[in-house]
Amino acid sequence: MKELFINKYCHIKNNKVFVDGELVFAESDADSLRAFAKSLYRHLKPSYNKFFKMDEISKLGFLAAEVLLGNVDLSEYQEDISVVLSNSHSTLITDKKHQATINDDNNFFPSPSVFVYTLPNIMIGEISIRYKLKGENAFFIVENFNANLIASHINNLFLTNKSKAFVGGWVNQSEDDFEAFLYFASKSGELVHNAMEVNRIFNVIA
Amino acid sequence: MEKLIEKLKVEIIEALNLEDMEPEDIDEKESLFGEGLGLDSIDALELIVLLEKEYGIKIQNPKDGQKIFFSIETMAQFIKENQK
Repeated sequence: MKELFINKYCHIKNNKVFVDGELVFAESDADSLRAFAKSLYRHLKPSYNKFFKMDEISKLGFLAAEVLLGNVDLSEYQEDISVVLSNSHSTLITDKKHQATINDDNNFFPSPSVFVYTLPNIMIGEISIRYKLKGENAFFIVENFNANLIASHINNLFLTNKSKAFVGGWVNQSEDDFEAFLYFASKSGELVHNAMEVNRIFNVIA
Repeated sequence: MEKLIEKLKVEIIEALNLEDMEPEDIDEKESLFGEGLGLDSIDALELIVLLEKEYGIKIQNPKDGQKIFFSIETMAQFIKENQK
């Protein structure tokens, strides 16, 4: 039977960035996702001007993908990489920002550049554009990270030959916190891709 | 006109999130789309909103957009001619 393996994972939490459980970047001075994202962007230097136009949660997802995929050779899979993400707050922060521009009938100026980010799968789009990923994509809204949901959906895509490699995880922004957890899975490796392992690597830094 | 051009540069940097860019980095004669500042279609919509919100000007014919938004200088000229 075909088996899928976890090759690499990245976790951004409490202003710190971990790769495979090891701390690789910390920004203790950042008091917001906006400030943290700017600092991490300058550290990674992806030289991608569209980054600054993204909403905050897309910036978070983009940077997590940059850390996860930046040094991975995707040439073998590019056309066949699917992205399956989840969170609990959808794009609530951006939704509120948009709402603020349309609350007052006498000052009704919705911003097109804010409005386009009022869906969480736009973040998947930004990641896919950056890495030219052309597989399936899905974004689930759930109360807490659900390893079983993500792992089973990805395994199902793999077993039905929809894709050969995958980015899975959780990217969330609430009023007072943010967190991103992404992993890359493909046909070879040592860490078998299943709900138990995904749950374990999610909790490595907890 | 010079003051208006400087004001527009600041407003455009703010509205289009052109972080790390200063007003003096923008040449008012340079094209805003394509080779110049490299703006996209969403930016074009944002510029339309900016004209309406900050200057009370509505673009009646969308076809005029290409000429009006060619550069900051053409935008300023349009504002000067149309602001009530």
